Order: sequence, then C-alpha cells, then structure tokens
Amino acid sequence: MSEAFFQFVLKHRLLVIFLAVTLSLLMGSGVKQLQFSNDYRMFFSEENPQLKAFEQLQNTYTKNDNVLFVIKPRNDKVFTRETLTAVAALTKEAWQIPYSLRVDSITNFQHTYAEGDDLVVEDLVLDPQSLTDEQLAEKQQIATSDPLLVNRLISPTAHTTGVNVTVQLPGKKLTEVPEVASMAREMVRNLEADYPHIKVHLTGMVMMNNAFPSASLDDMKSLYPIMFGAVILVLVVMLRSIPGTLSTLIIIILMIIATLGLTGWLGIKMSPPTTTVPIVIMTLAIADCVHILVNFLHNMRDGENKYQAMMESLRINLQPIFLTTLTTAIGFLSLNFSEAPPFRDLGNMSAMGVVLAFLLSITFLPAMMMLLPVKALSGDTLGSVAMIRFSEFVVRNKKGLLWGMGIVILFLVSQIPNNRLDDQFVKYFDETITFRQATDFTTENLTGIYLVEYSLESGETGGISEPKFLQKVEGFAQWYRQQPYVLHVNSITDIMKRLNRNMHEDDNDWYRLPDQRDLSAQYLLLYEFSLPFGLDLNNQINVKKSAIRFTVTMESISTQQLLKIEESAQAWLTEHAPGMRIDGASPTIMFAHIGSRNIIAMLKGTTLALVMISIILIFALKSLRIGGLSLIPNLVPMGMAFGLWGMFVGEVGLALSVVTGMTLGIVVDDTVHFLSKYLRARREKNMDREDAVRYAFSTVGTALWVTSLVLMVGFGILAFSHFQLNAGMGLLTAVTLGFALIADFLFLPPLLIYFGGKNHEANPYSHCIAICARYGTGSYRRRTRFGDRHGDRSTGYRLP
Amino acid sequence: MEIATEIEVRDTGFHDFKATMSMLLRNKHGEESLRDMRNQTLEVDNDGNKTLVVFDEPRDVKGTALLSFSHKAGDDDQWLYLPALKRVKRIASRNKSGPFMGSEFAYEDISSQEVEKYNYKFIDEGGHEGIPSFILERYPVDPNSGYTRQQVWVDKERYIPLKIDYYDRKNSPLKTLVFRDYQQYLDQYWRADEMYMENHQTGKSTLLTWKQYGFRSGLTDGDFNKNSLKRAR
Repeated sequence: MSEAFFQFVLKHRLLVIFLAVTLSLLMGSGVKQLQFSNDYRMFFSEENPQLKAFEQLQNTYTKNDNVLFVIKPRNDKVFTRETLTAVAALTKEAWQIPYSLRVDSITNFQHTYAEGDDLVVEDLVLDPQSLTDEQLAEKQQIATSDPLLVNRLISPTAHTTGVNVTVQLPGKKLTEVPEVASMAREMVRNLEADYPHIKVHLTGMVMMNNAFPSASLDDMKSLYPIMFGAVILVLVVMLRSIPGTLSTLIIIILMIIATLGLTGWLGIKMSPPTTTVPIVIMTLAIADCVHILVNFLHNMRDGENKYQAMMESLRINLQPIFLTTLTTAIGFLSLNFSEAPPFRDLGNMSAMGVVLAFLLSITFLPAMMMLLPVKALSGDTLGSVAMIRFSEFVVRNKKGLLWGMGIVILFLVSQIPNNRLDDQFVKYFDETITFRQATDFTTENLTGIYLVEYSLESGETGGISEPKFLQKVEGFAQWYRQQPYVLHVNSITDIMKRLNRNMHEDDNDWYRLPDQRDLSAQYLLLYEFSLPFGLDLNNQINVKKSAIRFTVTMESISTQQLLKIEESAQAWLTEHAPGMRIDGASPTIMFAHIGSRNIIAMLKGTTLALVMISIILIFALKSLRIGGLSLIPNLVPMGMAFGLWGMFVGEVGLALSVVTGMTLGIVVDDTVHFLSKYLRARREKNMDREDAVRYAFSTVGTALWVTSLVLMVGFGILAFSHFQLNAGMGLLTAVTLGFALIADFLFLPPLLIYFGGKNHEANPYSHCIAICARYGTGSYRRRTRFGDRHGDRSTGYRLP
Repeated sequence: MEIATEIEVRDTGFHDFKATMSMLLRNKHGEESLRDMRNQTLEVDNDGNKTLVVFDEPRDVKGTALLSFSHKAGDDDQWLYLPALKRVKRIASRNKSGPFMGSEFAYEDISSQEVEKYNYKFIDEGGHEGIPSFILERYPVDPNSGYTRQQVWVDKERYIPLKIDYYDRKNSPLKTLVFRDYQQYLDQYWRADEMYMENHQTGKSTLLTWKQYGFRSGLTDGDFNKNSLKRAR
C-alpha cells in the first residue's frame, strides 16, 4: 500500500508539490488571526484554586492590577518643592490613564488631624509651591512615619516615592494592556521632560502583562535568525547537498507557517512559551528529513538511480519515522496535563507541527528531490568508521560500562532532591528587559512587588468594628511585621488607631484601637464621609463591613521562603484567631503554587504518555522483553538531567516541570531507532547479542548522534531567550537529550548484551554481517583492517 | 439651562419633607448589604436645602446623624453626631466626592441639585423607556467633583430626571442612575420610589428606596442645628 502511495508521489511530483504548498498556505492563512496574550493569568487554568481564591478576593474588594510610577529625584530628596510639584502633577494626570479606578501618592494621601472639635481630612500635600522648608520637613516626617505609606509609596529615607494607579481592565480586548502601558510611558516621557531632575521607572502588574508579548517578539527577532543560521549550517555540513538543504528549508518554512496558521484558526493565543514552538518543531522536522535524505544520498552513492534510491529510502524509513512521530506527538500531547494553559498550547502546537513535518517529509521532500538535480555523494557518510570503532569499545567494556554508568546514573538521580521549587515571576524576565530593570530598581529603592493578601472575616455583618476582631487583626499585622523579608503590611487597624487619636485632640496616648464597637463603626462612617472620589475604603472593606483586606508586601524572596512564611502565618491564625483562618491569595501565591501543582499534574501526564509509548514500542518491536527494557533508557536521561540540574542550578519551576513530558517523546526516538536495528539483526540476521549491538551502532549510530546534536543545538538556542522560562526549559531539554544519547550509546548496549533475550544459535557470519551491512560494496580495505583486529573472534570472513 | 431652571421652579415650595431611605448595596460577587436611614429636608429660600439624615442600620451606627447645609456656591457645611463619642464633629473636608456609606452614590449625587452647581448644554431630544425626554449635559462647577460631565434624561412633560449617565475624570462612562416609580405628592412634587445606581467599572450597584414620604410636616429651622443633631435618634 505504502509502495503504491510513494510511487504516486514520485510520479506526480508537481501535483504533490502544488498540493503540499497550497494546503500548507491554506492552513497558514490563519496567521492573520494570531494574537499575543498579555495577562499573567494566562499561566493559570480557570479551575486553579489559587486563581479562584484571588478572583474572589478581587470581586469582594476591588481588582488590583496596577501601574506603579517610581520617582527618584537626582538629589535623593523627595520633599522639595520641585519634586512634590512633579508628584502632584503626575497624581492628577494619572487619572487620565484608561480604566483607572484610583490613584495613590504621597501628595493625595488623606491626612487626618484634629482641629478643635473638627476632623480635618485633606491631601497631605495640597500646594507644593507654597510650602516652607519647615512645612516640607513636617510633611516628610508625617509621610515617613505613617505605616500606610512607608515602604509602599515612600522610602524610609524619603529618597524615592511612588504613584500607584489601580486599573480595572474590562478584559474584553487585547489592546487594553498596551493602551494603559503606552499612556503611562507617555506620561513618564512628559514628566521627565518637564522635570529633568527626576527619573521615573514603571512597574506593576499591567507593565508585567505588557512585557509578555514584547518579550515574545524580542525572542522571535533574536532567536529565529540564529536558529535558521544553525539549521543551514548543520544541513550543509551533514548532507553536503544543496537540493537536500533547500528542500528541508522549504519544508521547515511551510511547516512553521501551517502550524502558526492552525494556531490562529484554533484561536490559541501566543504566549512566551509558545514562541518556542517554531524552534522546537523545526528541530524535529530536520530529524525526519535527515533520515530520509541520508539514506537516499547513500543509496545514490551506491549506484542506484534517483527513483530507486528514494523508493528504498522511503521503504526503510517509513516505519521508524512514523513511530517516532507518533511517540513524539504523544509526548507533546501529555503537556495537556499541565496546570498552565500556555504549556498545553505548546504541546498541542508542537504535536501539530510534528505531524505536519512527518506528512511533508514523506510527500513534499521526495517530490522535490525528484524534481531537483541531485548529484551522488562521493566518499563515506560522516563518521561511520568512528562508529564501528566505538561499537567495539562498548562491546569490549560492557561490564565496566554497565557498572560505571549504573553508578553515574544512581549518583545523578540521588542529586534530584537538591532541586528547589521556585517561581518568582519577575525573574521570568531576564535583566535585559525594561520591566525587570524597573522592578529590580523598585525593590531596591521603594517597595516589593510580591504581595500576599488575606480577606479576614469577622463572621458577622459590621463585625470589623468589633474590638476583639480588630485586636486580632492588629496582632496579625504585628506578627507579620516581625517576620523577615516583610516590607509593608497594610491593615485597617492603622487607620482606626489614627482616627482614635484624631478624635482625642491628636493625643498620642490615644493612638490605639477603639475599645467600643459602635465607636469604631462611627469613626469609619465619619472618615468615609470625608474621603474624595477614588480614595475610598471599598478596596479594603467589603460591603457588609464583615471582612477586611489585609495586604503584606514582601521583598524578592524565593517561593520556598514565601510559602514558609505563609505557612507560619496560617499557624498563627489557627492559634490566635481560628475563625479568621484563610489562605493567602495573590499572584505571588498563585505562582508559588503553580510549580508544584504542575509537577504533580505532569507526573500523571508523563506516566500516561510513558505507558502509551511503552505499549506502542512493545507492539512495534514485537517483544515484551525489549519493550520493557526500553523503559530504562527512556527514563534514565530525565533522572540524570534533573540530578545534574540539582547539582549546578538547583531551582526548578513551572517551565522545567514540563520538560519531562516534552523530552520523553523525543528521547524515545533514539531508543526506537537503536532497538529496531538491534532486533532486525537478531531476527533477520540471526546475530548474537553482541553482534546485534555492533550492527545497530553501524547502521544508526551516526544518524543518532547527528540528530541528537541537531536537537541539542535547537533547544540550546532557547537558552538565549530573554524569557527565563524558555531559557531554562531549552537548556534542561538539551541536557536531557545529551544524556539520552549517552544512555543509548553507553548504557543500553551493555543492558542488551546482558539482558537482551536468549541467544539463538549463533550465525557464524553474524559478526561479519554486522559490519558489512553498513558498508555494502564499499571500502574493502577498511573492512580488512577491521577484520584483522578482531580476527580471533570472527570465525569466517567473507561476504555473505 | 431653561430646562434645569424649570425643574427647580417646579420643585420649589414644598417647604419640607420627611422620608425613610434604604440602600441595598451589592458587589460583583453578589454579596448584599443594607443601610437604613431617615431623611428630613427643609427648603431654604435662595440657598440650598438643609438636610438631616439619621442612620438606623447598620446597628453600630444607629443614632448617628448627619446635618448638611447645601449651598448654591462654595462647599456644603456638614456635621456628624457620633453617639458613641457623644460629640458633634464638623466634617472639614473640601472633597466629598467619595462614596456615601460605602454605596455607589457619592454625596454629590444625592445632595440637593441646585441649578448653580452645574453648567448646562442641551444635547438632543430623545426618550427613556418610551417617555419623551430632553437630553442635557451638565458639567460640575466644583473642581473637586469626581465627574467631568453627566448626561441627564429629563421627562418633557413632568420636568423630572429619568436617567443620569456619569462620566469620570478621564471622561469614561462610570455610573448610570435610573429613577423608577415616580409618585406625585401634594399634586405637584414628583419623587421616585427607587433610584438604582450601577457602576460600570467595578460591577457594583446600589438600590436606593424611598418610603413614607411626608410633605409639609411642620419642620422648622430649629430642627436643623447642632443641638437637634444630638436629639435626632
């Protein structure tokens, strides 16, 4: 059947090329609909419990997507007339930012004080130009001692200040985020032009969201050209055939266009993880093409005509390429188990790409090669001699290798526990990205970007005024303030204490919580009547006045440290305020959990993929024993790679937890090629186990290390991504693939020799066949030399 | 402008009224919360009204009373009596554009709407729920207002507002207020039983219900001073 198909392909080559190109471009027309996601929430599925908790918190109070302007005057003094004028101007101007809900700064901070029997509530800085030096000093004193401001909107030394704009994005259009970001940037430009003595940085969740697509585009601009360069280089060196290189390049381009087009049609949004797809599938497509082309060119060199050479190449490659496509696709599809939708997209897109690559390489590629003039290669295929020497080395040292590799593997696997989960989302961006620079600056000079939020429930309507409740909240705030890495705690109790003092003629003795419930409630009522538009308390008190929002700002700390502190916070609440216990919620918490959630999910996915792949292998290889044995080289590389990672890096997160599923399908390819050749030698050629290993090396050894090299280069290029998720994923995948090659070359052969099934009656010529199979009618001299060295073991020595 | 004046003219001369107000607050989550209060308003010649609001619910603020003197020009005067402190406090804030009792109504939305508080522009004629209306745009005079403009649908026949769209400082749609179930009192004065305010940006809403209207109930200036605040429970 397949033969008839290939005959058709080779005969109607123009039609095939026309159809392949047309269909690819038709699929590719969806490219127009490609969109880039710009919301950090993309990393969380709708069912994610931490996301749900956070959404609930945001629905109860207000959303807290924000833009934070961080202002640093060159003289390091915020409380000067010039700088305060700039801050006040920005505070006013910031209301023009689309979707803005509130603007908080040190100038519009609602300062309260007593004046006789009046409660005065007014902006801390009303008219900066009119302030005397004493007044400036007094304002600085007020700002830097107010727990609501210090380490949030003003640094303790008053050298940096912030203007925080809370926006509520409707979430209907993808243009919302860039709209806000570009408006904010324009304001920064204008402000810096009007006030040359200040420097303004931009951070906040909106700026981060905006950085996702720009990081993706940067990656495309910098990585794709490197990738194409590397591909052309590898192809030229390996194939030494211009038509072959050209056809492969066209296939790669068609496949990428078609895959991206399908992505557009399916409405999948591009995200930084999925920008790696073209590189991933490009690498895998090369492997398919190389297998077909190498055999084809080889056959031509052996004197066959173009048609025969291609038919033969397709005949022997169809099954292994189909099989490896299938297992690779299964591996990628296992990413659907991921907790993070972008990685599901990555898996699905790559699976589509792999299938397209397979289809193109058995249709378009042969048709193109028929059409183009091809010269037969002269000389030997790269490195075959080395391969044979290598196989001898392996067979001779089988015992040492088995033990040596076993120990190395065990040692590396034992290092896996050195890996710690860490997902600091700011560090997803590397230091070349403006958002990262601005955020690092903010963390060093003003405040943190990592928040933990709680909605503390009093359990009854109006219960937030209950003195007992307020005391517990105050206790919680004090506990948190004593914890390491805590920069700021926002608690309603600070406002309560301040109001109580204001109501008692600003007497500092009254800076404490009111001891009557109705009194607290009435203070709040009075205060709320005095607040201007956009500065109300609805962002921290719910409508029933039964719960308050409690926000902790942390320094840049690892996920582990964060979760540890949060855990102690839970313990504190359980002990001191059992009724109030609630899990912290925030993007920081969401990212802190995503790594471990994803690992658990991916373990399921990878296990399922492994089972499916093993079953496929058992059927395809028609051997339960060998199929079972294949588990070892399929699993060992991941263990080794994660062990090595544990020794040298030690931080794994969201992206690395998907590497298992992704590499599984690719790692299997090598094993499939090696084992199928081993079994062919055992079954068809009746060789013993050692000779079968030699045969496998000589037939696919070269192809294996070359394709592994291509894959490692491809994934290695991802290490240059500005998006750390991609860089880490690429690097670890490259390492895994390297270990896969090592395992297949150094560990699988000894395993096969010791456990690879009962020896049939040895074929006296098997050793010769093992070697000659690769050489056909080629170099006689080399064969002789080889025979000389091992003559003692070869019984007979002539061509079969 | 003529329309705005006509609205005011038609609503002049009621002298005073009493009513109960209840506000039902709802957040995006569907959580609800109730505020109950009593309102007494006294008409003042050539100036804004005097209003006394006594809170009944939530329980913690029961007996708290707000007295405001609305002015045609300049800031309104406001005092609050806190029964827990047994003190009257003047609210010395120039900026009262924040939410009233945590609701979606700002103080400026429910205080008396003197003609002088806005500049007006006639936009079009149209209809609201089938009632022929004038559509006006008005621009707050107070620089501290939370709005750039408001679009008002005025019933052509009865000269009463039917709907108001509020636009925030960046001129984006912020809230919509709809007046429902107008009743006529003393054969002249129209009052809506329900005022429904919806915030388009946050998804929160507030339903303000007026009940037990009593006009010309004999209130005098003496019912609207600091001392009466303490007595009003």
